[in-house]
Amino acid sequence: MPRRIVSGIQGVGHRVIDSIWRLGYASRFFLLTLLKSGTSLRRFGLVIRELYFTGVLSLIIIVVSGLFVGMVLGLQGYETLQRYGAESAVGTMVALSLLRELGPVVAALLFASRAGSAITAEIGLMKATEQLAAMEMMAVDPIARVVAPRFWAGVISMPLLAALFSAVGIFGGYLVAVVLIGVDEGSFWSQMQGAVDFHYDIVNGVIKTFVFGIAVTAIAVFEGYDASPTAEGVSGATTRTVVTSALAILGLDFVLTSFMFRGMG
Amino acid sequence: MAHELIEIKDLHFSYGDRAILKGINMTMSRGKVIAIMGGSGSGKTTLLRLIGGAVRPSSGYVKVAGKVVHDLKRDELFQMRRKMSMLFQFGALFTDLSVFDNVAFQMREHTDLPESMIRDLVLMKLEAVGLRGAQDLMPAALSGGMARRVALARSIALDPLLIMYDEPFTGLDPISLTVIGNLIRRLTDALGMTSIVVTHDVQESLKIVDHVYFVADGVIAAYGTPDEVRGSVAPFVHQFVHGEEDGPVSFHYPANAYANDLKLEGRFA
Repeated sequence: MPRRIVSGIQGVGHRVIDSIWRLGYASRFFLLTLLKSGTSLRRFGLVIRELYFTGVLSLIIIVVSGLFVGMVLGLQGYETLQRYGAESAVGTMVALSLLRELGPVVAALLFASRAGSAITAEIGLMKATEQLAAMEMMAVDPIARVVAPRFWAGVISMPLLAALFSAVGIFGGYLVAVVLIGVDEGSFWSQMQGAVDFHYDIVNGVIKTFVFGIAVTAIAVFEGYDASPTAEGVSGATTRTVVTSALAILGLDFVLTSFMFRGMG
Repeated sequence: MAHELIEIKDLHFSYGDRAILKGINMTMSRGKVIAIMGGSGSGKTTLLRLIGGAVRPSSGYVKVAGKVVHDLKRDELFQMRRKMSMLFQFGALFTDLSVFDNVAFQMREHTDLPESMIRDLVLMKLEAVGLRGAQDLMPAALSGGMARRVALARSIALDPLLIMYDEPFTGLDPISLTVIGNLIRRLTDALGMTSIVVTHDVQESLKIVDHVYFVADGVIAAYGTPDEVRGSVAPFVHQFVHGEEDGPVSFHYPANAYANDLKLEGRFA
């Protein structure tokens, strides 16, 4: 019995040490990616190619989801606000919710499941089929040639996708509130224009998307590079990318929000 | 000794506690095709990885062109690797690049050649493996043998001093097998490089190689020219060359007594 307790405690200890070790390894990998980004900047064509895969191919899911989220916000916003006779403020509500929270967070979650998982699976399979080892043997550094361009493409496309998500979402809110329900168009837009502050709302939202973009893509490239080179290993890594990214996005969002929005606007 | 490209001295290597190589000595000259044979898991591929500097030995050294590979700094190692090439077992073609771009990869990464010259060079390399017509295909559209040939064209892209082939004959049809075998010989002679072929395919490789090393239990069990190997009466070589089940090499992975595992003990007593 005591032996079982000891081995149980040992097991916990091993897991803790492993997690901390892995965190350190991931941080080191992240730094290496930054240090070896010279190639991506010199040969920007490599990044543009990846921008197509991570950014352009994510457009449909981002635009469609943004439209629906905006439409739902318009509907719910009107439903609540009209109880207080403030239905003309529905534009403000839709815009602020999207720019401050839903735009960055939902777009990042979608980005993690659409582009992040694809990056992990691609790099993991490149490892499993010895493409990364072959590249090493050709004296080409896989971190510089494969990882860094994907990382920067993700960091660049995430804010753009989130901006598009918010823009389409506001249009969705307009469709429901103004076109469908009949809220006054003038007050919809003018109240929105009056209430949304460029620095306080938009810039803070954009900062969030940058942070989420770095987090999601860094997790995705690391999980792919670290995957065990088997079918099981790659599938596990892809799952971990989506789960870890989602947790990171929501956790970081709380931290960032608590620094950015303190009710002083 | 200037014509000796590779010198391996008392090389030991282990994965954790498991010793893989226990004192390997070899020399390989320029312009030769050398086969390394041995059963699965005997450390042949590990030996290639040591020569390429991908892993560090626990003791001993590998010298390529007079330099100890695992003492080189990363930059120096990358310089060295521009003169080496490795053909992986399944080709390891870059799946996001076309056949043409795969062969052009190293030229674009390591040289400033104009695109028109790269095009000519790539077509020459592809012609050598008979796949000039496949230049626009993606790797997914290639058969296993074709992928191996493209990988071969890619590995000679920068005319290396040394090419290492990891099981180049596995899973090939008889025609591709002969073609690849002859290509290895011809390329070695034409470019004056050294080829190391890790293989199980005794009959095919004996046709094209200059020397054969047999690796067993982490040491060189036998060594010789193809004729010496064919005529060898050493039990290990004989078993391997003729593919016999009985001999010094056990087919079975070490295990408990069969009867114990089946729990037969005492039942029929």
